[in-house]
Amino acid sequence: MWLTRPFRERATRLFLGILLAALALVTLLNLAVPAGHPLHVSTYTVTLLGKYLSYALLAVAVDLVWGYLGILSLGHGAFFALGGYAMGMYLMRQIGDRGTYGDPVLPDFMVFLDWDSLPWYWLGFDMAWFAFLMVLLAPGLLALVFGFLAFRSRVTGVYLSIITQAMTFALMLAFFRNEMGFGGNNGLTDFRELLGFDLRSDATRLGLFLATGIALALGYVLCRAIVASKLGRVSVACRDAEARTRFLGYRVERFQLFVFVVSAMLAGLAGALYVPQVGIINPSEFSPIFSIEVVLWVALGGRATLYGAVIGALLVNYAKTVFTGVMPDAWLFALGGMFVLVTVFLPKGIAGLLRLRPWRRAGTSQPTAGEAAT
Amino acid sequence: MRMLPRFLSGLLCLCLLCGLPLAAQAQDDPGQALLDPLATASYAEKGEAIEAIIESGDARSRRWLEALLGGKLQRHKDTGRFVVVVENRGRNWPVVDALSFEDAGEMSRRELDRIGINNALRGQLQGALAVLDLHADEVRERREAARALLGDVDAGLVEPIRAVIDGEEDAEVRRLLEQALAIHRLEEGEAAAVDALSGSLNAQVRSALNAASRSEDPELAAAATSALADIEQKMTLNRGLETLYFGLSLGSVLVLAAIGLAITFGVMGGINMAHGELIMLGAYTTWAMQQLLPGQPGLALLLSIPAGFLVAALAGVVIERGVIQFLKGRPLETLLATFGVSLILQQLVRTVISPQNRSVVTPEWMSGSLMLNEGLSLTLNRLYVLGFALVVFAALMLVMRRTRLGLEVRAVTQNRGMARAMGIRATRVDILTFALGAGVAGLAGVALSQLTNVGPNLGQNYIIDSFMVVVFGGVGNLWGTLVAGLSLGVINQVLEPWAGAVLAKIVVLVFIILFIQKRPRGLFPQKGRAAEG
Repeated sequence: MWLTRPFRERATRLFLGILLAALALVTLLNLAVPAGHPLHVSTYTVTLLGKYLSYALLAVAVDLVWGYLGILSLGHGAFFALGGYAMGMYLMRQIGDRGTYGDPVLPDFMVFLDWDSLPWYWLGFDMAWFAFLMVLLAPGLLALVFGFLAFRSRVTGVYLSIITQAMTFALMLAFFRNEMGFGGNNGLTDFRELLGFDLRSDATRLGLFLATGIALALGYVLCRAIVASKLGRVSVACRDAEARTRFLGYRVERFQLFVFVVSAMLAGLAGALYVPQVGIINPSEFSPIFSIEVVLWVALGGRATLYGAVIGALLVNYAKTVFTGVMPDAWLFALGGMFVLVTVFLPKGIAGLLRLRPWRRAGTSQPTAGEAAT
Repeated sequence: MRMLPRFLSGLLCLCLLCGLPLAAQAQDDPGQALLDPLATASYAEKGEAIEAIIESGDARSRRWLEALLGGKLQRHKDTGRFVVVVENRGRNWPVVDALSFEDAGEMSRRELDRIGINNALRGQLQGALAVLDLHADEVRERREAARALLGDVDAGLVEPIRAVIDGEEDAEVRRLLEQALAIHRLEEGEAAAVDALSGSLNAQVRSALNAASRSEDPELAAAATSALADIEQKMTLNRGLETLYFGLSLGSVLVLAAIGLAITFGVMGGINMAHGELIMLGAYTTWAMQQLLPGQPGLALLLSIPAGFLVAALAGVVIERGVIQFLKGRPLETLLATFGVSLILQQLVRTVISPQNRSVVTPEWMSGSLMLNEGLSLTLNRLYVLGFALVVFAALMLVMRRTRLGLEVRAVTQNRGMARAMGIRATRVDILTFALGAGVAGLAGVALSQLTNVGPNLGQNYIIDSFMVVVFGGVGNLWGTLVAGLSLGVINQVLEPWAGAVLAKIVVLVFIILFIQKRPRGLFPQKGRAAEG
C-alpha cells in the first residue's frame, strides 16, 4: 500500500513524532499552564505558530516540485493565495448581515462599491463544503491549465521559473483591481466565524493551530508517499535527466503535471489554513517576493528532504518575526544575505548538515548532481 | 501734419522747463520723440501716438504699450521724463526709466502724471499688442504670435491683420493668419470660411467648427460637419502615431533594461535577478552626479553616462566574483543568490540614501517637445531615450560581432569546454561579459532617470518586464531582444486605452505565456547545439 510506505522510513517516523509531540506540548502549555507562568504559551503565540505551520505546509508543497521534480516555481504564492481567497470568500459570506452596512448577502466592500448583486463566482461560497472544495480546486485548476501549457511545450529550467513568476505577478495586478470583486487593495477581512466557531475565541485559535499541524503531517505523509512510489522515482528521473527519461518512453509532461497539481493543491490548503489565523487575505500574498521567499525556506532547510522545508519555513519565519520586531531595516539585509550564503555555502541546506539523507537509502542520486548534467 | 507744430512747441516747452542736458539726451533717443505725443489730453491724439509707436518697430514698443495699458506709464510733472512704475503702493513708488528701463529710484506719486486711456484706446492697445509680435524679426516668434491669434480675432483686428498678411514673407505665418481670419468669418456665419479651415488640427479651429456645426444655417452646419469629420480622421491617424511613439519609447526602455540581461544570460546560463538593482544604481549615479555638479544638469547627465556604466559594471564584477562564480552550472541557485543580492542592494539604498524617491533634473535641451504638426508633438526626453537605446544597441552589436571580446563571448556561450580548449580564458570572459551586461544596465538606469522617479524600487518595477522581453525574444540574441522589447512596448501602449494600464499588463503577460507554447525558445531561438545548453 503506497500510502503506508512512508511510515516505514525512519526520517518520516521521526518527523511525525517530533511534530505531534510539539503540537501536544503547545496545547498543554496553552491550556494547562496558567497565564503569567513563564512556561505558559499565550494564544497569540499559538496563532503565530499556526501561521508558521501553514507556511511550512506551503514549503513542503514547493519542495515537492523543486526537490523532486526539478521545477523551481516562483509562483507558488499564487496557489497559496488562491486557496486563501477561497477560504476568505467563505468567511466573508459567514459574516452575513453583521457587517458595517448590514447587507445580508453582499460583503461590505461590494456595498461600498455600489454593487447590487453578488458576482457569479461568489455563488456557493456560503456553503462550507463548496468553499473547502474550491480551496483545493481553484489552485489545482490553475496549476492544471498553466502546467499543461508549460510542460506540453517543454518549458523548463529558468524559463519556467520566470513564467511562474510572471503568472503570480499578473494575478497580483488582477487582484489589486476593485472590479475583480475580491476587495481590491484591502482584500478580504473582518472575518467572524468558521463553521460556527467564533474566530476570536481562544479555543478556535488553538483548534486552528492543531488543524494546521495535522494538515502539515498529512501533507508530509502524502508527499513522502508520492516520492517513495514508482511515480516519485520517475519524477526524480525527470529532474535529473529529462531527455533520457523521455527516451525511455515516459511521458515526462504527465508526471510533471500530476506532481505540479498536487503541489498546488497543498499550497492552496496551506493558504486556506493561513487566512482564518491571520484574519486577512489581500493581493500582497501574490507578490513575487513572497513566492521567492518560500523558495528560500526550502533552500535553507534543504531541498528534496521535505522535512528540511519545514525546518526552513519555521526558522526563517521565526527570524523574520524577531528581526522585524527588533530592527525592521535589517530584515532585508538578513534575508538577502541568507539567499546568498545558503546557495553558495549550504547547497544542501540544514538537512545536509543533519546528514539525514533518505534518498541515499532509496538509491536515487543526489539532488544537485543531476542538475549540473542538464 | 497738424501734429508737428504741437510737437515742436511741446519740445520747446520741455527744453525751457527742464534745461538743456535732458533735452539733449531726449533728442538722442528716438523713443522720447515717440512717447512725448502721449502727454496730451486728447484721446484722439493719443491714439495717433500709439499708431506711431507701433509702426516705429521700436524694440521697446511692447513694454511701453503694456505699461500704458496697465496705467503704469507715467510722466514726471516737472522734468517731463517718462517712467514706468514698478509698484504703485504707498506714497513713494519705485520706478524705472521708460527709455533705458534702468532703475530710476523712487518718485512720489504727487510728482507723476498718469497717461490716462479710455475704453476705445484700451481696445486699440489690446489689438495692437496682439498684432505687435507679428512684426517681430524672428520667424518663430511671428508664428507663435499668429498661432496665439487663432480664435481671438474680433472685428477690430481684421484690418491690422490684413495689413500684416500683405507684408508677411513667411508662408506659415500667412496661413495661420488666414486661418485666424477664417475663424472670425465663421463666427460671423460665413459658410465659405469652412474651406479655409478644413484639415487644420488646431483646437481653436475645431471648437469654432464645432460651434458652427450646431448653427441654424443648414449650409454652414453641413459644411462644418463634413470639415470636422475630415479633421477627426486626421486626428485618429495622429493618435495612432502618438501611441506608436509612446510604445516605441516604452519599448526602448525595455530594450535597454533587457539587453544587458540577455548578454549575461547567455554566458552564465542563469538569470541575474539583481539586474534591476544595477539599473537602479545607474539611475542613482545620475542623481549623485547632479548633486556633485549643481546648476549644470546637462553636463552632469552627459558625465553620468560613463559614470553610470562604470558604477554598475563595477557592482556587476563584484557580484560575479563574490557570488556567481561559485554557482557555475546551477542556474536555479544562481537565480536565488542574485535575488538575495538584489534585496541587499535595495535595502542598502534605502538605508544609505533614503527610502523616498529622488528627483533627477531634466536638462533644458531635453525638456519640451518636438511639434510635428498641431495635433502631434513628441516629448524630447523620450525621443532622446529612444535614440540612446538605439545607439547602445548598435554599439553592443559592434562589440559582439566585430571585436575579439565578442567572439570569445559567443564561443564561451556556445560551448564552454571547447572554447577553453581553444585557449580562451573563460573566467576572464565571464568577468568581462558580466561587467558589460551590468554596465548596460547602468546605462538603462541613466536613461530611466529622465523618464521616471529614481527610487529604491526602480529596478523592481522593470525587472519582470525585462525578463519577459528576454523570454519573448529568445536568449542570447540581441536582435530578438530589440524586436521583442519594441513590440512589447507597442503592444502595451496599444492595449492601454481600451483595457487600462493594469489589464494591458496582464494581457501582455498572458500573451507571452501563450506565445511560449508556440515558440518555447523565443522569437529567435538559438539553433544547433547551443539550443540544448
